[in-house]
Amino acid sequence: MTSELVIKDLHATVDDGAKAVLKGVNLTIRQGEVHALMGPNGSGKSTLSNAIMGHPHYQVTSGDILLDGESILEMEPNERARLGLFLAFQYPVAVPGVSMANFLRTAVSNVRGYTDQPMVSDNNRPGMVGSNLMPMREFRNELLSKMDEFHVDRSFAKRYLNEGFSGGEKKRVEILQMAMLQPKIAIMDETDSGLDIDALRVVSDGVNKLAGPGLGILLITHYQRILNYVQPDFVHVFFDGRIVISGGAELAHELEAKGYQWVKDEFGEAELVKA
Amino acid sequence: MATASDREALSGVKDDYQYGFSKPEEYVFKARKGLNHEVIDQMCDMKNEPDWMREFRHRSLDIFLSKPMPTWGADLSGIDFDDIYYYIKPTEKQGKSWDDIPASIKDTFDRLGIPEAERKFLAGVGAQYESEVVYHSLQEQWTKLGVIFLDTDSGLREHEDVFKEYFGSIIPPSDNKFAALNSAVWSGGSFLYVPKGVQVDIPLQAYFRINAQNMGQFERTLIIVEEGASVHYVEGCTAPIYASDSLHSAVVEIIIKDGGRCRYTTIQNWSNNVYNLVTKRARADKGATMEWVDANLGSKVTMKYPAVYMMGPKAHGEILSIAFAGRGQTLDAGGKVVHGAPNTSSKIISKSISKNGGRASYRGLLKVAKGATGSKSTVVCDALLLDDHSRSDTYPYIEIDEQDVQVGHEASVSKVNEEQLFYLMSRGLGEEEAATMIVSGFIEPMVKELPMEYAVEMNRLIQLQMEGSIG
Repeated sequence: MTSELVIKDLHATVDDGAKAVLKGVNLTIRQGEVHALMGPNGSGKSTLSNAIMGHPHYQVTSGDILLDGESILEMEPNERARLGLFLAFQYPVAVPGVSMANFLRTAVSNVRGYTDQPMVSDNNRPGMVGSNLMPMREFRNELLSKMDEFHVDRSFAKRYLNEGFSGGEKKRVEILQMAMLQPKIAIMDETDSGLDIDALRVVSDGVNKLAGPGLGILLITHYQRILNYVQPDFVHVFFDGRIVISGGAELAHELEAKGYQWVKDEFGEAELVKA
Repeated sequence: MATASDREALSGVKDDYQYGFSKPEEYVFKARKGLNHEVIDQMCDMKNEPDWMREFRHRSLDIFLSKPMPTWGADLSGIDFDDIYYYIKPTEKQGKSWDDIPASIKDTFDRLGIPEAERKFLAGVGAQYESEVVYHSLQEQWTKLGVIFLDTDSGLREHEDVFKEYFGSIIPPSDNKFAALNSAVWSGGSFLYVPKGVQVDIPLQAYFRINAQNMGQFERTLIIVEEGASVHYVEGCTAPIYASDSLHSAVVEIIIKDGGRCRYTTIQNWSNNVYNLVTKRARADKGATMEWVDANLGSKVTMKYPAVYMMGPKAHGEILSIAFAGRGQTLDAGGKVVHGAPNTSSKIISKSISKNGGRASYRGLLKVAKGATGSKSTVVCDALLLDDHSRSDTYPYIEIDEQDVQVGHEASVSKVNEEQLFYLMSRGLGEEEAATMIVSGFIEPMVKELPMEYAVEMNRLIQLQMEGSIG
């Protein structure tokens, strides 16, 4: 069965709810599809990604988000992750003192269901409480091979999560996490922002490697340039809290040529035209 | 009534009690609550102690009685000195039954994966007989090197000359009310002597000691590290120490001669009824290094400020302190460094965690005496609050009587960050698991200084502490 994420007439606010940020988003992403969502700064793109993943500061006021027909609105972010959703962060936060390896082993063990199993003893040390994480050796082998594949230096396994990472390193590590967690639907929030051309190429290569029949991608971006490396099946223009135009890859080029001013003129705040 | 397995656990103590008292079974000692000079005389008679120790105890009791309760720190008004047994014969002490131990403590043992025999030891109902074999083989190695590692009562009996020279020289009874109390009624603890130039490679662990008395209420530890020698001493363990006694007041004195090194690691997790008031101090001579690694969990009130007096040039002192305060707990911890000689250096790193209304404070003293030129010191204290109703305070006292010194002080207070939680949760971790991971990361700089098995247990313990702290 092909999984699909359906966003239905989603309205959402931030924090105190004073201002509506999402004003009726409709979008369906299926496994195997690459969607690009483009829009100017402040149009609500990041709100959409946070709302999909369940950030506590964002409140959905109406509409629904369904994964394979089931509403995920009442679910905690970790439950959404376990169902196969992934969010690549625009600004991944540092967690000092927590090694990448330790964090990823715990994450993978949760998402793949190891933690649902009873504890088993890790080794023969008497009196040691067992573990229900993914077996260490198996995890290590997989991590190292994926680090190689996605151009993350092996030394990062022991480094503290995102601490002292450059912008490019953080984004590469997001792609690595995505590779380890094997989501069905991934939302990539401005993964291309702040990257120089080399880093952009590495990150795009990563996305292309992961793209395939098992993965649906929502690539959120401000710029067209990542689309020179990643070929989207669908392009959506996001403006003032909703999708105003949808089309194929050619729409991205049109947008690049004309700029966002054209969208503003066409779909200005005052007149909300149905796209 | 002791169960059959309790009797089995206790049998090693009763039949082969080599570290105990000379003839304990011949005395009929009626344990009595309260403290006076008569109790001290009875104790000295029982222990068959030399006159100088008897005088020392009596003098200490006078000092204890004359000193007011300290009021500058945690609330100590709940201590009733008349409702405490100041001396209990070890064999009586072990007469408790496993059945008397609260279910919550047993449950924690289960979850920490503490072996059966050790549980009884930790709960104070049995000796740690499984470790006995290990302990003996280690002891043979130490003896060959001239290392003395005994319980303190045996240390006094078997090595009185060395003992007398150093005992009370670092922490005199007049130091504070609780040091005076300990000086008056001390029992148990460790006596450790490392001869010149001897490097003890493996950590010496009080944990292995067969004598349950080691974890007494008023234990007294004396460590002497001779020139160029080094040792790592580890006390306590991560399992909750169940004490039916509500007051724990220990004294630890350490002397490190020229070029020597000592690291003293403590992990303690007292049950939540205990007042844990401990005085720990080390003197570091020329080029000597002292490191305190001190993790405090549990207890009702803990007041503990390990100190390093750097009395010789180029001496170095380090204090790493962790305090975790939960509901109804006050952990007042920190450290003291005193620079008493030129070119000495020190570092204090304090990490405190407060949750469920717990209160963790850093209290520290940095003193540079006149003449201690070229000294350097860094103090870093970080506090992590897990909710809005917990509390963290910092009391850094700095006294500097010399111009040519470098001193740095940093303090931070942070809350468990919602963005960190969301990030970890978006990767599949439950909220509690995510918060635990953040807390573990927060104390990681210290945990990585612990011996492997302690580091593992420490992390396990943090997990247990974090249970139920969310939502």
